[in-house]
Amino acid sequence: MKNLSPKTITLLALVALVLVAPLFFPSSFYYRVGTLMFINGLAVTGLVILIGYAGQISLGHAGFCGIGAYACALAPVHLGLPPVVAMLLGALISGVLAYLVGRPILRLKGHYLAVATLGFGILIFMVLSNESWLTGGPDGMQVEDLGLRDLLKSLGLSVPAAQVWYWFSGLVLLLGALLALNLHTSSTGRALRALHDSEIAARTVGVDVAYFKLMAFVISAVYASVSGSLLAMMNKFVTPDIAGFLHSVQMVTMTVLGGAGSVFGAITGASILTALPQALTVFHDYEHIVLGLIMMLVMIFLREGLVPSLIKRFSRRQG
Amino acid sequence: MSDLLQFVFSGLTVGAVYALVALGFTIIYNASDVVNFSQGEFVMLGGMSTVFLSAAGVPLPAAAILAVVITALVGVALNKFAIEPARNASVVTIIIITIGASIFLRGVAQIVFDKQLHRFESFSGDVPIEILGATILPQSVWVIFGAAVIFTGLYLFFTRTLTGKAVLATANNRLAARLVGINTNFIMTLSFALSAAIGAVAGVLVTPITLTSYDIGIALALKGFAAAMLGGMGNPFGALVGGLVVGLIEALTAGYISSTYKDAAAFIVILAVLFVMPSGLFGRAAVNRV
Amino acid sequence: MKLLEIEGLGIDFGGVKAVDAVSFAVTEGEIVSVIGPNGAGKTTLFNMISGVYLPARGSVRLAGETVTGLPPQALAARGLSRTFQNLQVFQQMSVLDNVMAGFHLSEGRHILSDILALPSSLRRNRETEDAARKLLARVGLERGAELIASQLSYGALKRLEIARALACKPRLLLLDEPAAGCNAVETEEIDHLIAAVAKEGVAILLVEHDMKLVMKISDHIVVLDHGVKITEGKPEVVARDPKVIEAYLGAHGGKEAANALG
Repeated sequence: MKNLSPKTITLLALVALVLVAPLFFPSSFYYRVGTLMFINGLAVTGLVILIGYAGQISLGHAGFCGIGAYACALAPVHLGLPPVVAMLLGALISGVLAYLVGRPILRLKGHYLAVATLGFGILIFMVLSNESWLTGGPDGMQVEDLGLRDLLKSLGLSVPAAQVWYWFSGLVLLLGALLALNLHTSSTGRALRALHDSEIAARTVGVDVAYFKLMAFVISAVYASVSGSLLAMMNKFVTPDIAGFLHSVQMVTMTVLGGAGSVFGAITGASILTALPQALTVFHDYEHIVLGLIMMLVMIFLREGLVPSLIKRFSRRQG
Repeated sequence: MSDLLQFVFSGLTVGAVYALVALGFTIIYNASDVVNFSQGEFVMLGGMSTVFLSAAGVPLPAAAILAVVITALVGVALNKFAIEPARNASVVTIIIITIGASIFLRGVAQIVFDKQLHRFESFSGDVPIEILGATILPQSVWVIFGAAVIFTGLYLFFTRTLTGKAVLATANNRLAARLVGINTNFIMTLSFALSAAIGAVAGVLVTPITLTSYDIGIALALKGFAAAMLGGMGNPFGALVGGLVVGLIEALTAGYISSTYKDAAAFIVILAVLFVMPSGLFGRAAVNRV
Repeated sequence: MKLLEIEGLGIDFGGVKAVDAVSFAVTEGEIVSVIGPNGAGKTTLFNMISGVYLPARGSVRLAGETVTGLPPQALAARGLSRTFQNLQVFQQMSVLDNVMAGFHLSEGRHILSDILALPSSLRRNRETEDAARKLLARVGLERGAELIASQLSYGALKRLEIARALACKPRLLLLDEPAAGCNAVETEEIDHLIAAVAKEGVAILLVEHDMKLVMKISDHIVVLDHGVKITEGKPEVVARDPKVIEAYLGAHGGKEAANALG
C-alpha cells in the first residue's frame, strides 16, 4: 500500500466499486441508483476542483447542469445533432458561459461569491422555466436517449438499458476522477491549492489568482454540464428543476459532506446522499428530518468531511 | 400614476418582509459571522405556529405572541446545538449546517403541522384602503408599519442600551469584546433569539396576505440573503434598503415587464451592484492585512 | 548595479501618513535592513514595494524599470520575492508542495497537459520536485518534506517560507522578520542562510527586530520612525546615531544612552 500514490489508490477503489457493486444488486432498479450515484459523483468531482482545490464556493452550479441537460434535449431536435455531440456542445456552452460570467463573479469573496453564483443559477433556472416555447416550461420536455443500447444491439449485444447506463456512467466517472486527480498533483493543481490557502502568498510566487480561479470555475462548469446531459439522457426527460437552487445545494452538500478536498471523499458523499433518499422513502414523512440531521451532524463532528476526517482518525490511532 | 403607486405599495409590502428576513441574517452574521440559511424557516414557524395555536382555540393575539416566543426558542436551540459546536468551521461548512437545519425544521414542520396552505384572519379586515387612485390592503399597512417599528426599535436598542452596544462591540471584534468583559456566548444566544423572533413576526404579519405552508422558507431565505448582500452584509440599514429595493424591483418588473421574470430582475440588479461594489451598497470593504 | 530604487514612497491610511517620502536603493548582492520601532511603517513599506498596497506617492524601480503599483504576481515575474511577518504558508499543503508551488513561474501555464497528465507535464513535475527537494535541503527541512505544513514548528515554517521564496529565483528578496519567534540556534541558521543567498548575488531587503542579527549581516541600514526615514548608512554608523537611539528609546532615553556611550 505504501508505494501506491493516493491517486492510484483512489482510482483502484473506484474501479472496484463500479465492478463489484452490481454483484449485490437485487434488482435492475439498483442499476439505476448506481447510475445516479455516478452521475452525481461526476458533478461533485468538478466541484472538488472548485471548492476543494481552489476554495471557491458556488451555489449556482446546477445552472450548468441545466445547460448540459437542455443542450441534449434541444440540439438533436432543432439542429439535428447526435446526442453525444449535443452533450459536447452543452459542455462547450457551459465552459464559455462560465468563462464570461466567472470573470466578474470570482472577484467576489465568501458570502458575496455565494450570492452571486446563486443569482446566476437562478437566472438560468428562470430562463429554462419561463421560455416554454423552447423548453416546454416547468413541465419539462423529452430527451433523446444516448443510443448506446442500439449501438450495442447492432453489434449483436443485447444489454438491458439500466445496465448500459450503469457501465457507461461508471466509465465517465472514472475518466472524470482521473482528470481531477491528474490536476491535483500538477503545477496547475498546486496553484489552485495555493490560492485556496493564501491568496496573497500565491500571488507573491507569481500565481495569477484571478486566472486560476476562473479556470477552476470553467472546468467545474464543464463537469456539471456533462453530468446534467447524462442525467437528462438517462431519464429521457428533463425539467427546469435540474438547474434549480436545491440541486445546486445538493451538489455542494455532497461535495462537502464527503470531503471537498478529496475526489474519493466527494464521490462517497455523492453516493451516500444519492442512496439515502432511496433508503429513506421507507420513512417517507421523516425523510427531511433525517437528511437535515445527517447534514448537521456530519458537518459538526467531521468538519473536513466524512472521508478525510475518518482517515485522519484512523491514521492517528495507527500512529 | 395610480398604476405606479399600486406597484410601489405591493413592492413595499414584500420588500418589508424581505427587509425583516435580511435583518435576521444581519443580526446573526454580526454576532457570529454565520450566514443562517434557516432564517426563512423562522418566518414559516411564526406563521404556522400562529395558525395552529389559534386553531387550537388560543385567541389570535396570544397565539401570535406565543408563536414568536416559540420561534425564538427554536433559534436559541439552533445556536446551542448546531452553531456553537461548529465554532471556527469554514464558511462552506457553516452554510451546509444551516441548510441542514433548514431542511430539518421543514421536516419537523411537515410532521408537527401539515403540508397544507394556511392563513388566518387579517388583523383589520380585508377592505382595501384607497390612496390617490391606488389601493392597499390594511394588512399590508400592518406589514410595513410592523417592519418600521422593528427597525426603529432595534436602532434604539443598538444605540441606546448597554446590551445593544455589547452586540455591536461583539460584531466589531469578538476577542476584544470578551476582553472587556462582554459575555459573547450570551450575545450569540440573544442574537439568534432576536433573529428568530423578527422572522416570526414577519411570518405572523404576512401570512394573511401570502398564506403560509411548511416549505415557504427557502424562497424567503434566498430573497432575504440576496437583500442582505445587496445592502452589504452586516449592516442593518443595508438590510432595510436591500429588502425594500428587492421588493420594489420585483413589483415594478411584475407590473411593467413580466411577472414571470420578477425574480430574475431582482437577481440581475444584485449581480450588477456586486460587480461594481463587491461589498454591497453599504458594506465595509475588507482590508487585507499581511 | 542598483537593483531596487525607491523614490519618495508614501501611503496614507484614513488620512494619516503611514509612510511618507521614503527613498533608498539596494544593490545586487547587498543586504539592506530596514529598522525602526514598532509602528514605524516597515511592513507597510514592504507591502508597497511588493505590490500588496498601492502607494499614494513616489515610485519603485526594479532593475531600472518602473514597477510602482504592479501586482505581486507581475513583480514575481520580474524577480521580486518575499516572505511575510505573520507567515503566509500554504498550511494545508505538504512541505514539498509548498516549495514546488514556488516554482510556479518557471513551470509556466499548461492547464490542458496538466489535466491530461501528458508526459511533458509529468516531466515538469519531476524536475520541479528535484529542485524543490534541493531547496528544502538547503534550509534544513528535507526530512519533513512529506509533512503537512501546518505540522511544522514556527521556526521551520519561517525557513519553509524562505525556501518557497527562493524557488521563485529572485533577484531581490524581501524578508519580513525572518527570525521573529526563533530561538538562538534557529536565528543563527537563518543568519547563515541569508548571507549565503546574498553571496550568490541576490539583493536582500530585510526587516528584523533582532539587532544583533541586523548589525552582523547588513551592509546598509535604513532607519524609519513614524513613517519617515530618519537616517541610513553603515551598521556601525547607524548604531551610534543619536537620532536612531532617540527613536528607539525616546528623547530622554536617547540622551542617557548617549551619555552612557560617552
